[in-house]
Amino acid sequence: MKFIDEYRDAKAAHRYARAIARMTKKTWTIMEVCGGQTHAIVKFGVDELLPKEITLVHGPGCPVCVTSVELIDKAIEIASRHEVIFCSFGDMLRVPGTGKDLLSVKAHGGDVRIVYSPLDSLKIARENPAKEVVFFAVGFETTAPANAMAVYQAHQQRIENFSMLVSHVLVPPAMEAILSSPANRVQGFLAAGHVCTVMGYKEYEPIARKYHAPIVVTGFEPLDILQGVYMCVKQLEEGRFEVENQYTRSVRREGNQPAQQLIREVFRVVPRKWRGVGEIAHSGLGLNPKYERFDAEQRFGVTLHTVEESSECISGLILQGIKKPHECPAFGTRCTPEHPLGATMVSSEGACAAYHRYRRLRVPEGTRIGQKS
Amino acid sequence: MCLAVPGKIESVSGDDPLLRTGRVNFGGIIKEVNLAYVPEANVGDYVIVHVGFAISTLDEQEAQRVFGYLREMDELKELEQGSP
Ligand code: SF4
Repeated sequence: MKFIDEYRDAKAAHRYARAIARMTKKTWTIMEVCGGQTHAIVKFGVDELLPKEITLVHGPGCPVCVTSVELIDKAIEIASRHEVIFCSFGDMLRVPGTGKDLLSVKAHGGDVRIVYSPLDSLKIARENPAKEVVFFAVGFETTAPANAMAVYQAHQQRIENFSMLVSHVLVPPAMEAILSSPANRVQGFLAAGHVCTVMGYKEYEPIARKYHAPIVVTGFEPLDILQGVYMCVKQLEEGRFEVENQYTRSVRREGNQPAQQLIREVFRVVPRKWRGVGEIAHSGLGLNPKYERFDAEQRFGVTLHTVEESSECISGLILQGIKKPHECPAFGTRCTPEHPLGATMVSSEGACAAYHRYRRLRVPEGTRIGQKS
Repeated sequence: MCLAVPGKIESVSGDDPLLRTGRVNFGGIIKEVNLAYVPEANVGDYVIVHVGFAISTLDEQEAQRVFGYLREMDELKELEQGSP
């Protein structure tokens, strides 16, 4: 497919890898922020092409993984109500809450439906006026324009049996939280190409300056990631810390203006608790007062609810780049994709799931890039 | 979850800017996509699509940069090594 296959060319990938090796003099730790990049890196073995001086650690950019246990429990509580049709993206269904997951609600007769787009749930609401239709709005800035549009249309078209359980998270505050942690070992970032497609990259410029960390906006195919690593290492070796854009075919510095406009219309910045990490100030989106009547937490009275997280799962450390999945004692034994203890084992973009899926059988060198799954 | 894939716009319909949709071809699979956030996109353009919404129009020229960069690096290497 155009815009995909050419970026998986094995020869070009090896040329990039050699160029990176030639340039690398010191040891560097680079974090790819987005789970989509983590998935591609592990699937195509991009990290195995890099010189041993370069360590890639995997960031918090998987919205499924960072949605707090409280919100999963609230989702389960709402989805269990007989008058509710609960709509969600597929990978949220198996994320464990305190006791169970959304899939078990469905198994016990709850009307839980997987949708592809938030607009699908709006359609379900129109077709089922006697039911309360709730959409589980998880996501980063990439997904915010779609979810904002669903609320905006519900408001415009007076679809009052529709509401949203909002679990939106924002990337830059999480990057700052990682960089300012005493345990931090991240020296440079590959920023998430699709988040920046929506938001642009101006807001990363003060972060790069303040923490002396180069940030390269990067795409999702193997060649994108290798070029992103090249640009990041080049900055590190030269002692620069700027924001650069590798993913120029999709990302403009000012981002997508119409999308940002609707995000600002519908949402406001709120504090948000990240699973395994804790609360980060200004790191989430909630509904603006004008649209609060579409807030499922208020509509179903589930606002006050806090729980303790399980202590065995170290996904919080993994999401901050402090540990790697195989360093978790439960990895592959008590915790597997079939029986996940933590959300990073559920989503295909979670680091634990990616390692489990792609790292069990070693594939001979040189055959990985360009393979089709 | 943040998966967003490139596809080619085959047709566009709808006059209301917020409800403008297109039929987008993803390597043979056709899907209806909301085009509200890419007012500049037209038939024949490639867009990046996430959960039913196009979030950018791909720039064909910029798309070649990854390969141009590679060529520059290789030329640099030849210069450094003094080969012809
Ligand atoms: S392997 Fe399982 S228990 Fe360990 S960090 Fe990953 S999700 Fe948590």
